Amino acid sequence: MSIRKLNELKTGEKGIIERVTGVGRFRHRLMEMGFVPGAEIIVEKFAPLRNPIEYVLKGYHVSLRHDEAEKVMVRQLEDQAKDH
Amino acid sequence: MGKKITIAIAGNPNSGKTTIFNNITGARQKVGNWPGVTVEKKEGIATYNGYTIQVVDLPGTYSLTAYSLEEIIARNYIIEEKPDLVVDVIDASTLERNLYLATQLIDLGVKLVFALNMVDVAGSRGLIIDHEKLSLLMGVPFIPTVGSKNRGTEDLLKTIVRVTEDRESVSRHIHIDYGLELEEEIERFQGLIRTSASFPDEHHSRWMGIKLLENDEEVIKEIEETSLKKKVMDQLDKSKVHLNEILGEDSETLMADRRYGFIHGALKETFRQTRRDRRYLSDQVDMVLTNRLLGFPIFIFFIWAMFQLTFSVGQYPTDWIDAGVGLLAQFVGGLMGKGLLTDLVVDGIISGVGGVAVFLPNIFILFFCIALFEDTGYMARAAFIMDKVMHTLGLHGKSFIPMIMGFGCNVPAIMATRVLESKRDRILTILINPLISCSARLPVYVLIAGALFGAYAGNVIFSLYVIGIVLAILMGQIFKRTLFRGEIAPFVLELPPYRMPTLKGTLIHMWERGSIFIRKMGGVILIGSILVWALSSFPQTVNYSRDYDMEKRKIEERYAMQKAELVQTGQGEKAQLLSKEMNQKIAELETFQKDEFQENSFLGRLGKTIAPFLRPLGFDWKGGVALLTGFVAKEIVVSTFGILYQVGEKEGEESENLRTAIRNAMTPLIGYAFMVFVLVYTPCLATVAAIRRETGSWRWTGFSVGYSLTLAWILAFVIYRGGMILGLG
Repeated sequence: MSIRKLNELKTGEKGIIERVTGVGRFRHRLMEMGFVPGAEIIVEKFAPLRNPIEYVLKGYHVSLRHDEAEKVMVRQLEDQAKDH
Repeated sequence: MGKKITIAIAGNPNSGKTTIFNNITGARQKVGNWPGVTVEKKEGIATYNGYTIQVVDLPGTYSLTAYSLEEIIARNYIIEEKPDLVVDVIDASTLERNLYLATQLIDLGVKLVFALNMVDVAGSRGLIIDHEKLSLLMGVPFIPTVGSKNRGTEDLLKTIVRVTEDRESVSRHIHIDYGLELEEEIERFQGLIRTSASFPDEHHSRWMGIKLLENDEEVIKEIEETSLKKKVMDQLDKSKVHLNEILGEDSETLMADRRYGFIHGALKETFRQTRRDRRYLSDQVDMVLTNRLLGFPIFIFFIWAMFQLTFSVGQYPTDWIDAGVGLLAQFVGGLMGKGLLTDLVVDGIISGVGGVAVFLPNIFILFFCIALFEDTGYMARAAFIMDKVMHTLGLHGKSFIPMIMGFGCNVPAIMATRVLESKRDRILTILINPLISCSARLPVYVLIAGALFGAYAGNVIFSLYVIGIVLAILMGQIFKRTLFRGEIAPFVLELPPYRMPTLKGTLIHMWERGSIFIRKMGGVILIGSILVWALSSFPQTVNYSRDYDMEKRKIEERYAMQKAELVQTGQGEKAQLLSKEMNQKIAELETFQKDEFQENSFLGRLGKTIAPFLRPLGFDWKGGVALLTGFVAKEIVVSTFGILYQVGEKEGEESENLRTAIRNAMTPLIGYAFMVFVLVYTPCLATVAAIRRETGSWRWTGFSVGYSLTLAWILAFVIYRGGMILGLG
């Protein structure tokens, strides 16, 4: 079970949020939108120019830029290999 | 009647808040701004069961922290204005996240009703919600609604009245349990805060304790203004260290975590998802619209279609209005006869009103398209697709729409910046928008480039558009690095499911924004037009260098005598030629007189006053006057040249006479410097009014006017002087 940055996950990969780094308004906004430890997050797709990235979290879709997703640490789900 | 209550509607963005508001209030609403800021405030009236219900629509927010203007507005309204009840609109299909705001409203201790909206969508996704049990657990009635189909509105109103009358059995005030360690700290603050006379209320002091642990700047500021300052702040530092020691997280994270914990607990018994990971229709649509290959072409097509609708289709009604205003002016002019009052009414008021009215078709069509993009959910995708490009300019993905609209007209473009959530993005976009060359500047280019550059006119005009875009990018970068350093708002953008918009909803949206244009901008433009008319018409009495009236009489007398002779000798044809010659001479004389009048008018004097500033750029005082009048609307530069070069004001930019006059007055180098000046300098009056309106600040408006004027001068100077040095003059 490896801890990775959220922007390193590929399309279709899943992770469990460990923590959100960063400060202030950004961090708070993420927390209130459900980026809390233990939440499951899936990479839905990358924008046509690869940035930003669309995620599915708590049943809704949200997009983050690379430098924002970088601040979200996730534990990648291991059953990934079984799925593919 | 008689009984009056005030309610506020809160809710997440995309929760269908607006539809619920429309359903409750019908068409009886008014749109304004929250005091001092440019966030829209909508109010409406509903009547139900003998009650008159005043409904205030709060800005859509994900929470009630102090991090954004919208959130501060929403919560200050609830705390300070104390509405009788708050309706929180909750999207049933993203229940968990929507309940986050609900927990904060519960903390505030206000009377609440939750509208569980879009239950049909949730149902179709296999989400089963036991809303009755949820009501009991949270102490707030949940009313299922389907805003788009106006379902549940009656029930909602009934419950609103019942809760305000304290007759709702479900309603009770619960404390969200933040866990032993946090509750201990909250209680500590509550105790401290209640020692002060300014905060006697139990709920409110608990709420403040919670907010302190969430690092809420507004509450911290409030505390710092009281005698409690030192005690509370010391305790806060201690509490934070303590919590970090025992729980290994900062208090802000812990609070958010516990809120979601509470929600999770409540949903455990009341919420079931019967299907998982199914692809919904919305996702399938999205696979196409944001596709790696198709996403951009489709996006460009939509923008192209919007542009065409707004400016090409919109041109027809615009022309009708223009023609109508012209006819009206003629009619009124004929009716009133010649005179100063007629001039005021025709040239000042009617043309001023016309100047506002011609914008209406463009603005309403544009806002209809934007409302459509927003209501369908496509706007968020447009931002998703374009963000990388716009981000390199220091802007947000959503800034794309206002920037592209600028090519048509900067006024609706600047009004379209309302789609941007962050104030920083909004002001930055507004500041650089006027650099995008709008369609009103084209006639000026066509005239001058056509006169001076012949076959190369097309390329020259194209180069001006490119200069505008390059300047926008450059200024964007400069402003980003100087004025807006470090204030970058998080992008974090929700991509709501695609929805079928309702015609009523889209039309209401369009009307709200369009009517703001009429009410707020109309007056400014009207006053401006009257002012320019007055400047060019006064002073009425001029000490002419020649006695024009006498000269005119002399000419008439002379020709009358000659004519009489000719008629007597039976040479009628020659006599006719002679009258023609006479009329020509009189017209010539009148043009001189008019010219002198112009030169002597306040506007002319102003033109001469600023002439020294324009001389280094190679412009004469006539250029100065043209630029001054161009402030009302840039295309007026053409007709001013028409008057000043005495070829008549009715001559358009394609007129050969006017081109010859320009050729005599300017070298190609000066002409190019002049066009760059026209591109960059002070936005037109309507745009300035829009900037004032949308930034809500005279300082930003003044800055916009000042920097563009300075930039225009520097560029024209560099082009003119540089060109001279290179021997292009």
